[in-house]
Amino acid sequence: MDIGTFRGITTLLIMIAFLGIVFWAYSKRRKKDFDEAKNLPFADEDKRDRHDAGHSKDSAHSRHDEGDKNS
Amino acid sequence: MSTAFEHPTYNYKVVRQFAIMTVVWGIVGMGLGVFIAAQLVWPELNFGLPWTSFGRLRPLHTNAVIFAFGGSALMATSYYIVQRTCQTRLISDKLAAFTFWGWQLVIVLAAITLPLGLTTSKEYAELEWPIDILITVVWVAYAIVFLGTIYKRKTSHIYVANWFYAAFILTVAVLHVVNSAEVPVSAMKSYSAYAGAIDAMAQWWYGHNAVGFFLTAGFLGMMYYFVPKQAERPVYSYRLSIVHFWALITTYMWAGPHHLHYTALPDWAQSLGMIMSIILLAPSWGGMINGMMTLSGAWHKLRTDPTLRFLVVALSFYGMSTFEGPMMAVKTVNALSHYTDWTIGHVHSGALGWVAMITIGSLYHLIPRLFGGTEMYSVKLIAVHFWLSTIGTVLYITSMWVNGILQGLMWRAVNADGTLMYTFVEALEASHPGYIVRWIGGCFFAFGMLLMAYNVYMTTKSIAREQEPVLQTA
Repeated sequence: MDIGTFRGITTLLIMIAFLGIVFWAYSKRRKKDFDEAKNLPFADEDKRDRHDAGHSKDSAHSRHDEGDKNS
Repeated sequence: MSTAFEHPTYNYKVVRQFAIMTVVWGIVGMGLGVFIAAQLVWPELNFGLPWTSFGRLRPLHTNAVIFAFGGSALMATSYYIVQRTCQTRLISDKLAAFTFWGWQLVIVLAAITLPLGLTTSKEYAELEWPIDILITVVWVAYAIVFLGTIYKRKTSHIYVANWFYAAFILTVAVLHVVNSAEVPVSAMKSYSAYAGAIDAMAQWWYGHNAVGFFLTAGFLGMMYYFVPKQAERPVYSYRLSIVHFWALITTYMWAGPHHLHYTALPDWAQSLGMIMSIILLAPSWGGMINGMMTLSGAWHKLRTDPTLRFLVVALSFYGMSTFEGPMMAVKTVNALSHYTDWTIGHVHSGALGWVAMITIGSLYHLIPRLFGGTEMYSVKLIAVHFWLSTIGTVLYITSMWVNGILQGLMWRAVNADGTLMYTFVEALEASHPGYIVRWIGGCFFAFGMLLMAYNVYMTTKSIAREQEPVLQTA
């Protein structure tokens, strides 16, 4: 195979791989999973000293960092 | 350390050790930087001794800031993030402790051998072969601890920050082993396994990916966790973060040849390096925008939260240096900028502005939490530190821009008969004021680290005091 054809094919393959990743990442089917993954940094938040359960329903408030179970 | 801080689930001990050493090595590495910057202003500071000469201390500075400061920061944050986002303890406490002590030993050995002049002479890979073997062993242990913890995770997803850390750990392992392939001739002397242009290409394939994976991918992992945490809202687009990840790691691999423009490297390889460096702008800015947009609706927090300010300004410098980099990789620009101080300025725009500031911001979030609190001892001191760092970085990079362009223009200026218009030493003399400004900028930045050390010390002390009565009643 001549070098020009080889370069053309690799360029095409990389483009297909890139578009594949973009379509995969932006497909509707993945949305639920990604929304879950997106919130992982807030998923293990410590709920200590917070007996008023009413507040935890407010999602903005639940992201408020209350530190960690250290003591 | 008191056991009062122990977390019921997570291993915070190793994170605390690495976090504290990040501050310590930051002071050492940046202090050394200030010292060698002063040597360039006042050459007498060489003291006429081989061990304190610029040529030996400069690699010590780069090793200390990249591998000691940056490496400890990456290990601290990766161990913290992987535990918290996988909701499980590190796979092995003993192996994690081994990575801490092993890595500190590597740093101490570097601090001994480099001033003695024991070096492979490969930039950012100067350490001699016995230390290279130790680095490999410690790094494999690090990979086992990190990837093993991901393997036994309690969550179904692997959070994007962990993807970046995993890519950084695996790639650095490959880079280190390939580039450090060498033939030992005595206990502390070896020769590279490669020769000529191939050796240069292997070195800069390593060198640029040390920037791309050690100083970028790893710190992007930090960004993807600490920016959302400090802003108290999830990352702007998780989908963009996935495209960002794959595009960045695929492209970075090929950018190395831009360090070898107009050398014996084949022209096609130089052009490839240039094109890939230009393409790299897209994923870099994709990540920067993703981080910035995470703050949408929370911009007001910047007024009161200097920690968040550190993180956001770090992203701004990241955006700036990842624009400057591709521009400097263009061969015609490189013809002016290469071998001048512009390169040094570019590196520090990334190293101080991005790497150090994202680390400092992350540590101000992390350290109180590691010791059982949520706030640093003094938020005011964080604000002072923020301004010292910002002003220091700006002084540094602007003086190096001026010096770099000045040197580039003076070196290429020719008379009508084709002879050089200036001697080298004339360009050096013209650079003198820039060196003074750079040294002042470095002083600002290093002084900020001292404030940080004081703030960290007071934080651990005041939280420990608060906890005492609790312990007595328990």
